[in-house]
Amino acid sequence: MYDPTVARLTYRALLGRRRAAILFVLPVLLVAIAVAVRAFAGADDQVASGVLGGFAIATMVPLIGVIAGTGAIGPEIDDGSIVYLLAKPVKRPTIIFTKLIVAIGVTMLFSALPTLIAGLVLNGNGGQIAVAYTIAALVASIAYSALFLLLGTVSRHAVVFGLVYALVWEALFGSLVPGARTLSVQQWSLSVAEKVAGDGLVTSDVGLPLATVLLAGVTVVATWYAGQKLRALKLAGEE
Amino acid sequence: MTTIEIDHTSRWFGNVVAVNDVSMSVGPGVTGLLGPNGAGKSTLINMMAGFLAPSTGKVTLDGTQIWRNESVYKAIGIVPEREGMYDFLTGREFVVANAELHGLGDAAAAKALATVEMEYAQDRKISTYSKGMRQRVKMASALVHDPSVLLLDEPFNGMDPRQRMQLMDLLRRMGAEGRTVLFSSHILEEVEQLASHIEVIVAGRHAASGDFRKIRRLMTDRPHRYLVRSSDDRALAAALIADPSTAGIEVDVTERALRIQAVDFGRFTTLLPKVARENGIRLLTVSPSDESLESVFSYLVAA
Repeated sequence: MYDPTVARLTYRALLGRRRAAILFVLPVLLVAIAVAVRAFAGADDQVASGVLGGFAIATMVPLIGVIAGTGAIGPEIDDGSIVYLLAKPVKRPTIIFTKLIVAIGVTMLFSALPTLIAGLVLNGNGGQIAVAYTIAALVASIAYSALFLLLGTVSRHAVVFGLVYALVWEALFGSLVPGARTLSVQQWSLSVAEKVAGDGLVTSDVGLPLATVLLAGVTVVATWYAGQKLRALKLAGEE
Repeated sequence: MTTIEIDHTSRWFGNVVAVNDVSMSVGPGVTGLLGPNGAGKSTLINMMAGFLAPSTGKVTLDGTQIWRNESVYKAIGIVPEREGMYDFLTGREFVVANAELHGLGDAAAAKALATVEMEYAQDRKISTYSKGMRQRVKMASALVHDPSVLLLDEPFNGMDPRQRMQLMDLLRRMGAEGRTVLFSSHILEEVEQLASHIEVIVAGRHAASGDFRKIRRLMTDRPHRYLVRSSDDRALAAALIADPSTAGIEVDVTERALRIQAVDFGRFTTLLPKVARENGIRLLTVSPSDESLESVFSYLVAA
């Protein structure tokens, strides 16, 4: 199910040059904000929750998910180099699963770790906030990676669609439209954070059991579907 | 594992029929797939490589379906036309990665790199390679698992004569070893020099099949058309039609020229200036109007 060569090729492509630079920008920004907030407003649980919930979970994690998830397969399909993976006796689901693992790892590294650092800077894990949001980021990383890996496999405009989802759906609708919040990876992950954090510091519109099922379900279905799509991937010539 | 069978296969994209009811068999030795650009050669090769499903018909390797069957790649090596290929790796890292994906190791990669004579540059990044070098590394990646079938899509594109000769030597060797080698090209001379068997594809159809002598004969033994302007078209026409080398002459009033159909190409070319001189007619324009590869191929399709 997991192929070390595919993994090596994937993470080297993901962390090469430009994309790695983009991946660094958001986490650095988050930590900078945390430092600034701490410096001007002191340590405050509500403020910490606001920064981590409003920026880290609502914006940064989905964006990193888009970059890592689509980047794990999109460019190779675009320039045709995926042919070197497909013209091998390797099962397509194995290729997808391996790329998913790499995408999850990269997303977790660039979103969960900075969230933890920012949280500690903001209020030193008061009310378990830093840890709670970090766990939310970890869990969201898994679902986002699967979703955007699927998107990268089926669409040539994966990054655009991903950005629209991350910035419009999650950050906007997800915060404003009541029904939409049930269909938001952000809300599902916040539901997990709600369980870990101290009372009332983290809220989510979705109950924990439903959230867990949806997180796992979306991950499994997206991964399986991406594997099926890869089996039938058409590579057109340049004619 | 050595014969690819294409059985009454068609492939369309929406309204465009790229491959139209093609049947052929590709066996050991070097086979050239010849046709003008847009004829459907890439589409056919993509179907043989398992990257495209036929809309109808079957494409098989020794009886086993190729589409959606990744175990078939143990026996097939592919050199794609597109340039994209993990540029950030060195040549050696790339070939080693390909070897590992076949369950092989460094030794197989080293042997493949030696076969294509790329050892000297194997530790440079692929992004620094010239086109010929990239092509050779692509070949190494296709050979690393010692496949019995080799598919190459327009492998000579953009190569200089020396690189072309080197690649031809390599492919000839592969063919002589009993492998099934198929390559595509739109240049007859390339195909003639290398392939023992030629399949001609025009506008999605299988136009001709045979060795290069047969194909050449099919392509030259055909009516040739010329556009001729002179100081006295009608007199020239009358003089020319008297000779059996001309099958038809049309006076094109709008173009103010003669459209001549010559069935004996050799005889006509000596006849025209002779007749003109004998009748005191000055030739102003003589141009062949169907020398393009497409028209030659179209003739083959219509035949």
